[in-house]
Amino acid sequence: MSVVEAKVPAGFVPVYTRPKSLSEKRFTYCPGCHHGIITRLVAEAIDELGIQERTVGIAPVGCAVFLYEFFRCDFAQAAHGRACAVATGIKRANPDLIVFTYQGDGDLAAIGAAETIHAANRGENITVIFVNNQIYGMTGGEMAPTTLPGMRTVTTPEGRDVRITGYPLRMSEMLAQLDGPAYITRQAVFDVRHVQMARKAIVKAFKNQIEGKGFSLVEIVAACPTNLHIPPVEASRWVTEQALKYFPLGDLKVRD
Amino acid sequence: MKVLMRGNEAMAEAAIRAGCRCYFCYPITPQGELVEYMARHLPRHGGVFLQAESEVAAINMVYGAAAAGARTMTSSSSPGISLKMEGISYLAGARLPAVIVNVMRAGPGLGNIAPAQGDYFQATKGGGHGDYRLIVLAPSTVQEAAELVMLAFDLSDRYRVPAMILADGMLGQMMEPVELPEPILPQMIPPKPWALTGAKDRAPNVVSSFDLDPYRFREILRALWEIYREIERNEVRWEEYETGDAELVLVAYGTMGRICRTVVRQARREGLRVGLFRPITLWPFPSEPLRELSHRVPVLLTVELSAGQMWEDVRLAVEGRAKTPFYGELGGVVPTPDEILSEVKRYVRG
Repeated sequence: MSVVEAKVPAGFVPVYTRPKSLSEKRFTYCPGCHHGIITRLVAEAIDELGIQERTVGIAPVGCAVFLYEFFRCDFAQAAHGRACAVATGIKRANPDLIVFTYQGDGDLAAIGAAETIHAANRGENITVIFVNNQIYGMTGGEMAPTTLPGMRTVTTPEGRDVRITGYPLRMSEMLAQLDGPAYITRQAVFDVRHVQMARKAIVKAFKNQIEGKGFSLVEIVAACPTNLHIPPVEASRWVTEQALKYFPLGDLKVRD
Repeated sequence: MKVLMRGNEAMAEAAIRAGCRCYFCYPITPQGELVEYMARHLPRHGGVFLQAESEVAAINMVYGAAAAGARTMTSSSSPGISLKMEGISYLAGARLPAVIVNVMRAGPGLGNIAPAQGDYFQATKGGGHGDYRLIVLAPSTVQEAAELVMLAFDLSDRYRVPAMILADGMLGQMMEPVELPEPILPQMIPPKPWALTGAKDRAPNVVSSFDLDPYRFREILRALWEIYREIERNEVRWEEYETGDAELVLVAYGTMGRICRTVVRQARREGLRVGLFRPITLWPFPSEPLRELSHRVPVLLTVELSAGQMWEDVRLAVEGRAKTPFYGELGGVVPTPDEILSEVKRYVRG
């Protein structure tokens, strides 16, 4: 798929262009999905730090499975949940590389919980981008470990009943208890101000790796309008009014 | 110079000599000495030793290190290998070279820690999901274990197909004098232009086993199966012992192959014309030479530490041209040469 770039009229200077680290491939995310913003922020961070030529990404299983087509850097596609273990193998084999994973909540907090916790506990010098949209998006809107109480999904048609399926898992709070991680933060991208804050956090998480500080994770509370069955603007509002109650924003651990 | 080494240690040392610089593991008996040896020795060679949180994580670390272009290995025993099967399928799909050592124990389930050969199907028929094969090498002595580990790294790199050493608890634990192979030089490892080294002055590399388009994926798998056919043509290895005039040939691999060698010697002393056919590559299975043998040998007796798994490949190769009886033990019980000889005597008389 090719992208039609708008022609810039004489006298105008483009201020919003495609990051160098992104390919021409059009994102496969649904309209209004926050993944698109987050993927772009990662590319901007890679550009800003000038590390494209030594960066290796790990694509997850989930909505971001095609990540390796979106980026213009080396990429490994990992089995569901195993991104942090794959990243460990790459980073240990070649510490000069900048290695990042990009994972959803099902991938990172359910099937990959063990790999995530232990990579964090080892202080593995990698960068983890954790997109928490409280649902399994790609497979059709099933309950995730982060699904809110009462939230309807295709596997909790009457709403998540905490007596049956437990509570939203706060992965970042758990990881922040460990001695290993250097940086654990929770951000969001539902408005311009928060996009800018998330951008700074992602840059910091990569910078930490360059400086050898160790495991850095940026969780981003995101919206999945498709599976919430509401329009994008409402979905963003839903993040602020519902999701942030369980997933408050801010730094959970910063080791300088 | 020969040194006295345990099978597990010899395999570890051979891996280091083969240029393995990334080893990821999770403890399990009866391959503990391999892990311990790597922990002591690999870092001294500038290598990465990492004890993972699970076999699942360990094999995925292997996936990462292989993707980065390193010679990499993991080892485990049967229950742990089951856990690694997901990652092994991904390695096969992503065309990543890696070596997996399985020091087999008795199963199913937790079973026990005694030697067994119940993982033959898992190793040779694709224990993980999907259409793939592993190169499977079955040593029967400590010396051969060391040599096959070296070979496994070479074959795996050459074909970009993961290789498995299928040993068992007996071989892992026993000590024998071994002449260790010479270490390879780094320049002997073939270049890996597909590896993830950073997309500098080249297009990005992608290591993946994923393609949503069935027609495109079919072509990827067809190309993979071309490689498998090439391996079948080039890499079949086996050993024949006293098969020239044999009226009965024992077919056995690994530890069982070694015991059957003793059986052949005893049988010959008693005037029985018995020989041994010992597959060294379990995949690709030496079907052709076995077929040849079945034209002139009336009885091919398969002996395994299982309920009869390789036996199926023997029968497929022989296609009814000779009798193909089976003798096996279960649960980690290892038959004595005398027990096997009694079985042999049901089919041949002096």
